[in-house]
Amino acid sequence: MGNHSDGSPNHSGTVATAGQNEVEKFQDPGIPPHRLRLADTDPKAAKRAERQVALLFGISVVGTLIFLVAYFAIDLGAEDSSIATIRLQNMLLGLGTAFAMLGIGTGIVHWAKALMPDHEVSEERHAIRYEEDRQAAVRIVDDIVEETGIKRRPLIRNTLLGAVALAPLPAVAIFGDLGPRPDNKLAHTLWAPQEGKLKRLARDPDGTPIKASDVTIGSAFHVIPEGLNDLHEGKLNEKAKAVVLLMRLDPASLNPSEGREDWGYNGIVAYSKICTHVGCPVALYEQQTHHLLCPCHQSTFDLTQECKVIFGPASRPLPQLPIAVDDEGYLVATSDFKEPVGPSYWERDMHERSINS
Amino acid sequence: MSAASTAEPAFVAKTKTGRFTDFVDQRVGGSGILREFGRKVFPDHWSFMFGEVALYSFVILLLSGTFLTFFFDPSMAETHYDGSYVPLKGVEMSVAYSSSLDISFDIRGGLFMRQVHHWAALLFVASIAVHMLRVFFTGAFRKPREMNWVVGSVLLILAMAAGFTGYSLPDDLLSGNGLRIIDGVIKSIPVVGTYISFFLFGGEFPGTAVIGRLYMLHILLVPALILLMIVLHLFMVVVHKHTQYPGPGRNDNNVVGYPLGPVYAAKAGGFFFIVFGVLALMAGFFTINPIWNYGPYDPSPVSAGTQPDWYIGFVDGALRLMPGTFGDWQVEQTWLGFVFSFNVLLPALVPAGILFTVMFMYPWIERWITKDDREHHVLDRPRNAPTRTAIGMAGFVWYCVMWAAAGSDLIATHFHVSLNDVTYWLRALFFIGPIIAFIVTKRVALALQRKDREIALHGRETGRIVRLPHGEFIEVHAPLDEYKRYKLVGFESPEVLPAVPNEHGVVTRKEKRRAFLSKWFFEDRVAPASPAELEAAHGHGHGHEAVEAPEAAKSLSH
Repeated sequence: MGNHSDGSPNHSGTVATAGQNEVEKFQDPGIPPHRLRLADTDPKAAKRAERQVALLFGISVVGTLIFLVAYFAIDLGAEDSSIATIRLQNMLLGLGTAFAMLGIGTGIVHWAKALMPDHEVSEERHAIRYEEDRQAAVRIVDDIVEETGIKRRPLIRNTLLGAVALAPLPAVAIFGDLGPRPDNKLAHTLWAPQEGKLKRLARDPDGTPIKASDVTIGSAFHVIPEGLNDLHEGKLNEKAKAVVLLMRLDPASLNPSEGREDWGYNGIVAYSKICTHVGCPVALYEQQTHHLLCPCHQSTFDLTQECKVIFGPASRPLPQLPIAVDDEGYLVATSDFKEPVGPSYWERDMHERSINS
Repeated sequence: MSAASTAEPAFVAKTKTGRFTDFVDQRVGGSGILREFGRKVFPDHWSFMFGEVALYSFVILLLSGTFLTFFFDPSMAETHYDGSYVPLKGVEMSVAYSSSLDISFDIRGGLFMRQVHHWAALLFVASIAVHMLRVFFTGAFRKPREMNWVVGSVLLILAMAAGFTGYSLPDDLLSGNGLRIIDGVIKSIPVVGTYISFFLFGGEFPGTAVIGRLYMLHILLVPALILLMIVLHLFMVVVHKHTQYPGPGRNDNNVVGYPLGPVYAAKAGGFFFIVFGVLALMAGFFTINPIWNYGPYDPSPVSAGTQPDWYIGFVDGALRLMPGTFGDWQVEQTWLGFVFSFNVLLPALVPAGILFTVMFMYPWIERWITKDDREHHVLDRPRNAPTRTAIGMAGFVWYCVMWAAAGSDLIATHFHVSLNDVTYWLRALFFIGPIIAFIVTKRVALALQRKDREIALHGRETGRIVRLPHGEFIEVHAPLDEYKRYKLVGFESPEVLPAVPNEHGVVTRKEKRRAFLSKWFFEDRVAPASPAELEAAHGHGHGHEAVEAPEAAKSLSH
C-alpha cells in the first residue's frame, strides 16, 4: 500500500500493480440521522406551512380567473383592436396560465416538502432476474432454435433469408409516385427564349421590365423573368431557379473570360441569385467591394472575377445569365443559363455538358 | 378466490377511499401493482428532474399541438390573405401560412398556444440533451442501463425530427429557407440525392406537397414513435429502479429515497404544473418565431441573421465552417462525369455521424475497456471518472463550436469583429477545442479528487487563523463527520487492466488495444483516502496539518 499515483507524470503508470483491495476501505456509516423540520416539532410552523400551501392554491384560482377574463373581455374583432391588443391578450393569457399552474405546482411541492413525512427510506433492490431463470431462459431459447432445426437445414434458412430480404422491396417501390423523375428539369429555367422571343428582365416582385438606362453604376436589381407572375402553376418552382441579381459596375473592373465578353452590357451583369452551396438566395450586395454575400452560410462571391468563390462553403461560382438590350432599350436574356443553377447534384455535370453541346 | 372469500368473513375496507380502491381492485385486480408501486422508493436529486422536464414538455406539446391542429390547414394552395393583420392584407401566400396567421391573430389564445408549443419544443429537446449529459457524466448508462441509453439517444433524434418537421409547417420565409437548405443538402447525396429531393417535394423545390407530408410526419408518425420510445424508456426505468448518487447508506444493493406515495408523487406531480407554468410565462412574455414579420415563403428574398432552431444549429454551423475552396482548388469534385459535393456532404454527415455513433456505442466501448460486467446502481461523481468526464467535455465542446458557428454572423455583428475572422477562429477551434477541453477537464477532475482527499484527511478549512505561543500562524481545520467523509472517500477507483492472454495463451491485437486504452483511461488516478491514511494524518500531524502535510501522509498521498 502507499503507492497510489496522484497523476503526476513521474508516477503515472507505476501504480497499477497495487491492487485496491489491499487498502482497507472506510466503512459505510449508513444513512445519516434524520433531522426534524420545523413543521415536525412546532405545530405553529406546521399551521403556517398549511396556510402557505392554501395561499398558493388560492393564487392558482386567481390565475385561472385572469385567464378567463383576458379571454372573454378582450375582443380581437373590435374596431380599435390592433397588434397591441393581441399582445396584451397574449400576455394576460400567459400570466393567468402561469399563476394557475405555478400556484398548484409550488403548492403541492411545498406541501410535500414541509408537511408530508420526509424520512428517507432504504429499499432493497431486487435482482432484475434470478440466476435460475436466467439459465432456464437461455436453455429455452436454445431448445426452441434447436427444435426448429434451422441450423441443421441451411436450405430452409437461406431461402427464408432471401425471401425476407426481398419482401420489403415492394414497400419501398410503392413510394415511387411520391414525385416525378428528375430528368433534366433542374437544367432549365424560365430564361430560355420562347418561340424565338428573348425574355426581358423584370423587377422582383412586381414584374415590370427593366430598361438598361435605369441601371446606374453601383445600383443592383432583384430580377425575375418577364411573365413569371402570370404563371398559374409552379410559379414558386420556376422562381426558385430563375431569380437573378442585376448590377452595374465600371466596365473596366469586370474581367470577362474568353467567350463571355458579350454576356454583359455596358458594365451591367446578371448572375443567378441562388447560392451554389445549398440554395439560399445570395441577397447581399456589397457595393464598395463588389462582393455578393449569402446570408445563410456566408459564401462570398467576387463580381469582378465572374463571381468566383472567395470565402465560405460554396465551391462553384454563381452562374452568369447572358444579357443584352432589345430594340426598345429593355434588358433581355440572350439565352438560358449555360449551366444548371443552384446547389450541386449528382447529374449536374452531365446536364451542363448537354446544355453546351 | 371468490369461493374462499365466501367461506371466510370477507375483508371490508373501512374508509371511503379504501372502499373505492377495493371496488376497482375487485374488477380489474390492480392490488399487486399498487403494492409494488404505491410505496416504491425513488432517490431524490435535482439533476434527476431534467428527464421529468422532457416528459412534461412532451405532454404539453401534445396538449398545445392538438389545439393547433384544429385550426391549421397544411395546404400549399395559393390564396390571398384576408385576415386582421393589416401589413399582409391581400398578399399572395399559401393556405398553410395564412392559417398560421389566423391562429396568431384571429383565434383567441391561438398565438398563446403557438408560443407555448414552440417554447415547449425548444425545451423538450434541450431537457433531453441536458438529461443525457447528466446520464453520461454520472455513468448512469452502465450495466444494466445500456439499452435504455440507446432508447434515450433515439428519443433525442426523434425530438429533433419532431422539431424540424414542425418548424417548417407555417411555410413562412424563414422556415422555407430552412427547407431550401435541407433540399440543397439532400441533393448533395451521391447517386440518389436528386431523386430523394424530387420525391420529398413531389417534384421540384418547393412544389406543393412538402408541407402536407411534413405535417403528417409531425402530428402522427414522429409523435407516435416518441410515445413508444417513452413507454419503453419508463418501463426500463421501473425494471432497473432509479440510480442514486453515492453517499452514506447508499450502495448497489439498495435504493435510498422517498416513497412514491405520497412524497415523490406529490413532488413529481407538482413539478409538472411548475414546468407548465414556466412555459406559459415564457409564451406570454417572450415572442418566439414571429412568422408575421417574415412574410410568406418566396425563393427570392432572405433576411440577414437567419437562424435555425437551436438543436439544428450544430449541423448548420458545420455547413458554415467547411471551406468550399482551397485557393483555386474546389472541394466539390466531378469524377467520371458525376458530381461529389464534398463541401456539403462532409459537414452535413460527418460530425453528426461521429457524435451519434460514439454516443450510441459509448456504453459498450467503456465496458470493453474496463471489462466491468457488474451492475451499477450508484452513480459516479464526474470527478471520480476523470477520463470519461474529459471525453464527454471534449464532445460537448466540439458540439458547442459547431453550434456557435451557426451564429457566426451574429457573433461578428455583436462584437464588431470580422465575419471571416470569426469563421477562421471557429475552424481552428473545431479541431483544437475538443483537445483542450479534454486536457483541461481531466486535470480539473484530478485536482478536485486531490482536494477531496485533502479534505477527507485533514478536514475542511475553517478560516480561523490562530497564533501559536512561539509565533507561528496556523489555520484551524475542522474534521469532517463520518457521513460527509464517506461521501468523499466512498468511491471506486478503477486501475489499469494490463493485457491478458486468451485461452490459447495468446495476447491478441484487440486485447493489446484494449490494454492501451485502459492505460489511457486509468493511469492517472487519485485513490480514495483510506482509514490508515486518516489515522496517520491525525496522529502525526496534530497542529501541523494546516501548513504542511506530515511526512507519513505525504508519502501516501503525493
